[in-house]
Parts: sequence; structure tokens; C-alpha cells
Amino acid sequence: MIHLEGISKSYKIAKRSSGLRQAAKALFYREHTTINALKDISFSIKQGEIVGYIGPNGAGKSTTIKIMSGILVPDTGKCTIMGYTPWKDRTQYVKNIGVVFGQRSQLWWDVPVIDSFELLKDIYKVPQQEYKSTIDLLIETLELQEIVQSPVRQLSLGQRMRCEIAASLIHNPKIIFLDEPTIGLDAVSKIAVRQFIKTINKEKGVTVILTTHDMNDIEALADRVILIGKGTLLYDGNLEELRKQFGTTKIITADYAKNTDPIQIPGTAALSWTPERIVLSIDTERVKPSEVITHLSNKVELLDVTIETKPIEDIIVQLYKEYQI
Amino acid sequence: MKLYFKYLSIHFKSQMQYRTSFWLLSIGQFFIPFSIFVGLYFLFERFGQIKGWQFFEVALCFAVIHMAFSLSECFARGFDMFSSLVVKGEFDRLLVRPRSTFVQVLGSKFEFTRVGRLLQSVIVLVWALSNLPIEWSTIKAITLALMIVSGVFIFTGIYMLAATMCFWTVQGLEVASIFTDGGREMAQYPLNIYQKWVARFFTYVIPFGTVNYLPLQYILGKGDGNELIHMLTPVLGSLFILPCFLVWQFGVRHYRSTGS
Repeated sequence: MIHLEGISKSYKIAKRSSGLRQAAKALFYREHTTINALKDISFSIKQGEIVGYIGPNGAGKSTTIKIMSGILVPDTGKCTIMGYTPWKDRTQYVKNIGVVFGQRSQLWWDVPVIDSFELLKDIYKVPQQEYKSTIDLLIETLELQEIVQSPVRQLSLGQRMRCEIAASLIHNPKIIFLDEPTIGLDAVSKIAVRQFIKTINKEKGVTVILTTHDMNDIEALADRVILIGKGTLLYDGNLEELRKQFGTTKIITADYAKNTDPIQIPGTAALSWTPERIVLSIDTERVKPSEVITHLSNKVELLDVTIETKPIEDIIVQLYKEYQI
Repeated sequence: MKLYFKYLSIHFKSQMQYRTSFWLLSIGQFFIPFSIFVGLYFLFERFGQIKGWQFFEVALCFAVIHMAFSLSECFARGFDMFSSLVVKGEFDRLLVRPRSTFVQVLGSKFEFTRVGRLLQSVIVLVWALSNLPIEWSTIKAITLALMIVSGVFIFTGIYMLAATMCFWTVQGLEVASIFTDGGREMAQYPLNIYQKWVARFFTYVIPFGTVNYLPLQYILGKGDGNELIHMLTPVLGSLFILPCFLVWQFGVRHYRSTGS
């Protein structure tokens, strides 16, 4: 359904230098530096997938989304989405996609939300009947009944984001691009948004491409992650693989009756230690958690033990380090 | 076109959320050209006429250009304010919608408070017309309407050129107001009172002359026999928007390949 092959894109950025003299010089002559935003990116996405597209700031995520949504033309490479080349058949193609930019609104600020929806209906030329059934469904599942009559400026961020997502689905797109859909939302709104994304993916088979910095989004939604850094593709595969590959560390926290002898267990590293509690980081490839606990119980009188998997967040940080991005 | 009216109505609804500010701004807009017009009045009070043009004839010039200006500021404001659209990244949003950028930019903003300015110029127009001994015919009435239309097209064209520049730089856009505000100030008088080169510039490069000076010669019967040409000048002037449109398209293409 989505097919990218060897996409590259570079920007020319005017060099800015400090100093009055340099600024005056820049009026007439400017040096440019070329920044390779994307280098030879290729991947395919099948219909009905939810793909998490991740990478640190400035990695090229937005550029890729902009290319895939037909805003930008890449320097080289092929991109076919549903049989269209996005930047060539722009008006035909964009009827099939929905785009949510988390940081920018597509709703009209001073009018009731429902008026924005009506205008979008006209922009996308959605037939009245189809519009009616879609909007009823959206209002119901996103629980917008109480807010569609209020102007956007009176909505909270969470309410607004729900409306934004509804707005991008009015024309029943086959693909939806979500650029940081949960940015700045509280926990409840985040969960509502995630739940909804899952629902439309399951029930309507909408393909979802999601960029985010919140790894919980990825964990809750995406079966597949694509990691990009400094414009190159670093990892493409499912989340479990990633976890297996990099998430072999577990954290064991043990509380025990007062014991002042230092504890040393092979294959572990103590993250913190007090006479009542120790936090150990263990490498499951070298030592099993059960062995560690046995070891501990031999030495001290255990009161409580918890085992945690290293959060995905840390795995990503580790990945960024590993790839030096 | 239908979509344009939908945009119009949603913006009108937004504007009506701020009624007081709407009325205050509209009244303000009424008095800006009013003060200029008072100046014009006293000028003629003192000198009687300029290069064979009487007060009411010049008032007609004034009314037509100000009418065109206020209409285009109201309805083509989207292009006038385009830089903010680019700066905020809102233009990307327009590109992911299945409509032409032209109609979407046009629909991105309206400035209804220009109704004050429009009203002022309508009053001047009516006053001038009722004091001029014109033998009216259908064609003359059509010509008068076309004069205003061509003015709107020319102002819109200049806004589009300025908007296109935003794709390269968002600084230094004041250049454009030399041509819009400046052009309006110049063209409120008949062009023949100026130096030859000024008159030529505003006839052949930015054809403000076709909005009032040239066709008025036909309407007022000042022409030297070329009635048909003078009559058609507003139509020719309107063509100014075509190259502007092409330049705009070029700008959009540039934006999409650089993304800056």
C-alpha cells in the first residue's frame, strides 16, 4: 500500500553568522550549507498496519511525513502510495489521507467545532449522507456530544485533540498520519486518543502512521516501529524483537531486614544500596532473576521483592546511544 | 466558487464573535480615506482644477480606486496576510487538502472591517456622479463596473506577488505596499498630472491607469476618438492577474521542493 524506495532529501540552509559586519554582508551574499535531511530511506507498509515512526528531534521524521503526504517533493527516490505518487497527483491523492499535526490546529478558532466539520465536508466534497453517518459515529466514539457546539478557543487541549482527530477522518481516509497526536495531553486524554486510534484501525482498516516521543503510545499501539536517526533508517521491525535485542536488562528491587554487609552478586550491578534496600540491574543473558533472588535470600531476610522490565523509553535511549544519534 | 462562499460565511461568523471591535474598526476605516478626501476637497477649493480635471471628475477617480482597494483588502486579504500563514506552517495544511492553493489562501482570511472604507467611497461615488453631466448608457455603466473589477484584480495580483515572495523570505515585504498603498495614492488623481514616466509605469507595468484614468476619458467624454480602446482598458488591466497567478504557481512549486 505504501512503498518508499531510496528517498533522499536535502535542504539548503543559509548560514547565519554573528556580528554586525557579517549580518551586513549577508544582505548581499549568503553562504549556504546543505543538510541531508533524509538519506536513502526505503520501507513498505501494508494496509491495516499501525506503524510507529520514531527518532530524536531533527531526525527527519517530519520530512518523511511531509513527503508521504504530498507537501514536499524529494530530491531522489520513488514513493508510491495507493498507486499515487503523492507530490505529483496531489489533489487526487490527498483525498485518501488524513493528517493530524499535533502542534497545529486545523479547526477554525472562533466558531463552533461543528462548523469546522461542515466546512471540511465541503472542502473534501463529502456527500451529505455519508457525512451524516461518519460524523455521528465520530461524535459518539470520541464523546464529542457536549463540545461540538462550543468554539475551539474554549476547549481544553485534550478536547481539542479529539476534535482534531475527528476532523481528519471526516472524509474517511484510508491512511492517517498522526504527528505527535498525544503531545501535551493528560493521562486520561492520552488513553482516550490511543483507544480511538486502535478502534478505527480495527474496524475500518485504516492504516496508521504515527510519530511520537511518547514510547507509551508506541507500546500501546504499534506492532511495528521504524527508527530513524540523522536521516537514515536504523531499525524496522516489531517492538518485541527490539525489546529482545536491547531489553535484556531487568531491575530487581529488594527490601530486607536491616543488614549492613555489602551484597555482591555476580552478573548484577547495584544501582543503589542502603541497609534496608538494594536496587539491582541484571543482565538476563548472564544470570536468571530466580538465581539472583535465591542468592539474596541466602544472604538477607527478604521482606519484599519486585522485578521490572527495563522501560521501552530506556531501550530507545540506549538505541540512540548505540547508533550515536 | 461555492467553497469560497463557505469560507466567507465561516469567517463572517468568527468576526461576529467580536462585534464591538468590528464596529470600531469599521468606523476607523471610514475615516481614514475620509480625511484624505477632505484634503482633496480643499485642494480644489484653492486651485479650481488640475490639468483640465474638475473636482467631481477627480472625486470619481478617487471613489473608484478606493472602492477597488477596500474590496480587495476585504476579499483577497488571505494573500495580503500570507506571510503569517507560512511562518506558522499553516500552508502545509492547505497542501494536504484536495483543493487548489489559490482558493484556499483566498479563503484563509477576510477583513470585513473594510466595509467602512467601502461605504465612504460609495458615498463619494454617488456624490460625484450626481454632480457630473454624464449622458448615461448601458455600456458606460458596464464600463464603470468593470473599472472597479479591474482595480480589484490588480490589487489582488500585487498581493499575490508579495505572497509569492514569502516562499523565499518573510522579511522585507513592505516593498509590496509601495505598489498597493502607493499605487492607490497615485491613482486617486488622474495620471496625466504626473511626469510621463510615472504615468507610463502605472499604465503598462502596473496598470492602475486602466482602473480610472483611461476609461474615465470615455465616460466623461474627454477622449480623443479612441473610445473603444478607452472603454476596453479595464478588461486589459484585469489581465494583470494572469502573470501573477503563474508566478504564484511557480512559488508553490519552489516551496514544495525546498520546504523552507
